[in-house]
Amino acid sequence: MTEQSSSRIDQSAAVAGYASALDVEPKGPTVMNLDQVSVYYGDFRAVRDVTMPVYEHEITAMIGPSGCGKSTVLRSLNRMNDLIPTARVEGSISYMGVDLYGPNVDPVEVRRRIGMVFQKPNPFPKSIRENITYGPKIAGIAKSEWPALVESSLRSAAIWDEVKDRLDDSALGLSGGQQQRLCIARAIATKPDVLLMDEPCSALDPIATGRIEDLMQQLKDEYSIVIVTHNMQQAARVSDHCAFFTTEVDADSERRTGQLVEFSETTRIFSNPSDERTENYVTGRFG
Amino acid sequence: MAPNPERLLRANPRRQLKERLVKALVAAAALLSVLISIAIVASLVVRALQFVTGLMAPTADTMDEATGPVSLWNLVADQWAPRFFEFGIGTLIVGSLLVTVIAMALATPIGLGAAIYLSEYADARVRRIVKPILEVLAGIPSVVLGFFALRWISPNLVQVIFPSAGGQNLLAAGLGVGLLTIPLIASISEDAMASVPDALRQASAGLGARKRRTTLSVVLPAAVSGLVAALIVAVSRAIGETMVVFLAAGASGNSAQFTANPLDRGSTMTAAMASQASGTDGTISELGFNSLFFVGFVLFVITLLLNLLADRFVRRVRQSY
Repeated sequence: MTEQSSSRIDQSAAVAGYASALDVEPKGPTVMNLDQVSVYYGDFRAVRDVTMPVYEHEITAMIGPSGCGKSTVLRSLNRMNDLIPTARVEGSISYMGVDLYGPNVDPVEVRRRIGMVFQKPNPFPKSIRENITYGPKIAGIAKSEWPALVESSLRSAAIWDEVKDRLDDSALGLSGGQQQRLCIARAIATKPDVLLMDEPCSALDPIATGRIEDLMQQLKDEYSIVIVTHNMQQAARVSDHCAFFTTEVDADSERRTGQLVEFSETTRIFSNPSDERTENYVTGRFG
Repeated sequence: MAPNPERLLRANPRRQLKERLVKALVAAAALLSVLISIAIVASLVVRALQFVTGLMAPTADTMDEATGPVSLWNLVADQWAPRFFEFGIGTLIVGSLLVTVIAMALATPIGLGAAIYLSEYADARVRRIVKPILEVLAGIPSVVLGFFALRWISPNLVQVIFPSAGGQNLLAAGLGVGLLTIPLIASISEDAMASVPDALRQASAGLGARKRRTTLSVVLPAAVSGLVAALIVAVSRAIGETMVVFLAAGASGNSAQFTANPLDRGSTMTAAMASQASGTDGTISELGFNSLFFVGFVLFVITLLLNLLADRFVRRVRQSY
């Protein structure tokens, strides 16, 4: 890590905290804060020392080459990594000031507040309606509210008009792009604060990708979004802030470990990055 | 010298012959196994028909002193005793049904529970150790379990709970058969649940579902066809099981009184066939001997239907997700 990038990050970390508006460059409040986060799989440190904020009602993109740990970091933001028995998180990840890995935190509640959309559309082999009501049902939301919730979630995900006449058909009959929007609607239906998206367009064609990107712009009025993407143009198009990760051989283990190189406004990352590695990556000289 | 393309590309007759020979050999193997199956079914059908026509056309040999000439009515007698031309096949069908229901009542919850544990809760190391053990359990010779049912389950379990039960009873036999089918259900169900894509579990967890909820609402419904197939295979196995019932259900010799009480001694289609074929009843008539094939045919039809049903469900499992 270079002097320059670490000092930038340390500054923002120093003032990290929910509703803190004292960032170096005045920003909205943060909804999440990562401080010196490392994630291990067994003895292997997959990614190390990630310090960055997630701003409210913004889209934060994580970019970088394969194996740089961006998905790993994303999945630790709502404790999905807990599902992997050997995974372990060091450092602190807080949501509205609460340490997500604190002793009194229930990972299931975390996932209800911080929803997730996966790389490959993964609708349940159930009807479109049942896909949407799955979350509300387990959250104990009254059955009388479900119909309105189904409509509002599907509208928010810009898929209502396409499916309103076949809500009881199997979700597996939808196209890939429709399935992914259904999955977004399903995630929204539990009314989370934060939406994590793990390369949500990598299995989609350009038209479906465009629709999802438009959708994200609409969603950020209500949600804070963190997106992992392989696609630099996508990060440049949709995100407000951008985190660039890369891999580097770890001195301790001599294995490739991911690390955060630079976190900044997206315009800055793409036009005037502080770190040479970022510049090489975004200009296509590396990765 | 330019190479001769015609020579380069020329077919090698010896290789072609070899290839044809191999094809013929494996085709013959496939054909033979089909032919054997057909021959078995044909022999069953022929003898079963002989049995039925024998009932319809009584002769001097098939005259019983007490009941008179045989007729189709003998099929609904209140006992199974071929020596006396009592062919109450209902006795055997009800016996088979009782044993199967008891076996499934024991094996379904335990087998499914084990499958859920292995597929959803156990860590990889435990699964790697337990799954092969389960599959070995499925291979325990049924005669061993028959003895276990007779010498342990019956005196230490059935007779303790129901003092009125005799040493040999259908309940002990059913429990023995149940033990036999547990690993079968567990193993097939575990396969069905393990084939549910992990993406669905993650989707569920990502929506704030606990493991129990994910298992009940996502994994089990997605695997349901495979689970039903597992249960049907287990039912087929339970109906077809012979040795455990033969030893533990205890209808003596080759006769069984009709009963619907699992605490009574009784017999099943398979056990009746075994005792008849094993020749403990030396003085059996041709009609009595043919009844064996008739019972076999009924059993064949029942298990065939079950297997067709299982096949349907397995096909469906391939189509979903």
